[in-house]
Formats: sequence, structure tokens, C-alpha cells
Amino acid sequence: MAGKVLTITSGKGGVGKTTAAANLGVALAMRGQRVAVIDADIGLRNLDVMLGLENRIVYDLVDVVEGRCRLRQALVRDKQLAELYLLPAAQTRDKTAVNAEDMVRICDELRESFDFLLVDSPAGIEQGFRNAIAPANAVLIVTNPEVAAVRDADRVIGLVEAEEKGPAQLILNRIKPEMVQRGDMMDTAAVIELLAVDLIGIVPEDEAVITAANTGRPVAFSGNSLAGQAFHNIARRLLGEEVPFLPLREPGLLNRLLRLVRAEGGDER
Amino acid sequence: MNILDHLRRPRKPSSSEIAQERLRLVLTHDRANIPPGLLDMLKDEIIAVISRHVSINADGVQVTYTEGPRESRLVADIPLQTGRRRNR
Repeated sequence: MAGKVLTITSGKGGVGKTTAAANLGVALAMRGQRVAVIDADIGLRNLDVMLGLENRIVYDLVDVVEGRCRLRQALVRDKQLAELYLLPAAQTRDKTAVNAEDMVRICDELRESFDFLLVDSPAGIEQGFRNAIAPANAVLIVTNPEVAAVRDADRVIGLVEAEEKGPAQLILNRIKPEMVQRGDMMDTAAVIELLAVDLIGIVPEDEAVITAANTGRPVAFSGNSLAGQAFHNIARRLLGEEVPFLPLREPGLLNRLLRLVRAEGGDER
Repeated sequence: MNILDHLRRPRKPSSSEIAQERLRLVLTHDRANIPPGLLDMLKDEIIAVISRHVSINADGVQVTYTEGPRESRLVADIPLQTGRRRNR
């Protein structure tokens, strides 16, 4: 059966697209899927460092497009997972080196050998984004519970629908349960209601994501971190399993009382 | 201030609630491609046109955009200058 192309995009930069692509690639491959992660961020490649594969790159996506190598030669195999491959972006070119038809053609060829192709889109809504969604069977939108990120996500959801790639599904990344409890961060329900979109995952803010990026070993490799578990849950949902969303910490009695007192007082902010 | 006053005062919205309210407005305008500044411009022009024919309370004029499930609309609320003196 031909593989499925999932494009991960967001509009706004820095919300965790590449982290999500790397971790979903790892989580799906750990579940026995044949996965290729494709870095579509030409000129600003980062998926290679997230996966710790930066020293193994010989050819890249633009080399494939311009015929300097065969597609197979540009694929970099993961150090640990035999079924996980990276197709790196070019670092010294720009987004005009690739067009939407190139992406469709490359993905069509890869579909034959993989179960999942995860395309890591660049930020923004221009050519690079259009290239990234062109081959998609489904689109995952990453956002954070912040005004600017949600606004950009809404714009991108509209564009994805206009391209008939919808309905997009949402990954709400970097949620901080303590701030939600204090009323200082939008909760999942609020973001979902504003964006009118289906949720596929909630990933809590987790320092382990930063240490994982430091070492080039995504959090999904170990089941110890909350973020790692959250990405595995998304992978399971992508495979059609019904998985309940991770319980973010419920407010304790003391916190609830404090909140009540603060709310009544009203002078703190 | 005594403690009862303190308790009775309306609760300040949390920053999360403020974010949601701001997003509701900004997404409505983004989706319709009607920037809020355009409404101000429309308002000024509506005031100018209507004032030529009817006496209106310009400070009270409101032009808002609303989005419903089936239709979206611009609503102009134009209070007239109340003519109390006329009846006396």
C-alpha cells in the first residue's frame, strides 16, 4: 500500500514544527512503520540536527530536484532506527530551488517504499509552505496557546482548506498546566473553540525537549518525558488507535482556593 | 475599603480570558478580510453622509462586523440626536 504524506506546518515560526516532525518520525518508526521525514525548509535546514544526523548528509533535496543524485542517495538513515530516514533540505539555496510539482514527484516516488512521509514545512505562507502542502494527504498544524501563534494557525487552516488539503488537525504544543490553572494561559478547549479544528495532540512544555535538541536525540526515544509520551500518543492516533489525551495536572485544593481568593480580590494583576 | 466592597467588586478577567477575547475579534476580522480600521473609516463616512440629512449623535455611532454560521453582516447603529426640546 502506498504511504501517506503528512505535512506539518504552523504559519508562525518557533512553535515546534521541526520538533514535532522529528518526534513523530521517531515514534512512528519505533512502532514498526517505515518513515521518511522530509525537510522542506530550504535554506534553513534543522531537521538534521534535531535527529542528530547532521554529519551524515551528502546530498539534499535540491540535489535530487536538479538531478545531481538519485533520491535513494540523498536519504540518510537514522543511527538507531533502521526504518527511519531523513531527506535533508539544502542549506545554501533558497525556496525557489524547488517547486510544488518537484515535491509531489519526490513524494510519489517515496510513497512506494514508506508507510509515512512527514514533511516539515517552513514557517510562513509563501512558496515554501505551498511546496510543503502540495503532496500532503493530511496536514497537521502545530500551534502554541499564545495569541500570535493561534492567529497564524487560523490563517494557515484557512489556506489548507482552500487548497482542499483539509480538514487540518491540530497539535497544541508547549502548554504549561500551571499557567493554565492560574488563568494565565489559554487551555486546550479555548484554542480548539477559537480555531474550530480537530485536535490530534496536546504536548506539554517540557525541558527534556531542549536537552533532546542539544544532543540530537528526540524525546520520543525514551518514554520518560511527558512530551515524549505525548508524541507517542499522537503517533498512535495517526495509526488509528483511540488514545485518551494526557491528563494535564488537575488543580489541587490549595490551588483552587488560592485562585478563588485571587479572583475575588482582583488586585493582583 | 471594607472587606465586603472588596468581595463585591467584579472580577478582573484573567490574561487567558483577555487573550481569548482579543483572538475572537482578530480572527473574525482576519477571516472576513475586514480590518478593524476599515470599520472606523466606514463609520466616519456614514456619519458624514447621514448628518447631511438627519441630525445624529456622532459620538454614539457604532459600526460592527458580526459573523454568524450562515451569514456575516455589517451593523451600523446610528443614534439620532434626541429632539426633547421640540416637544416643549
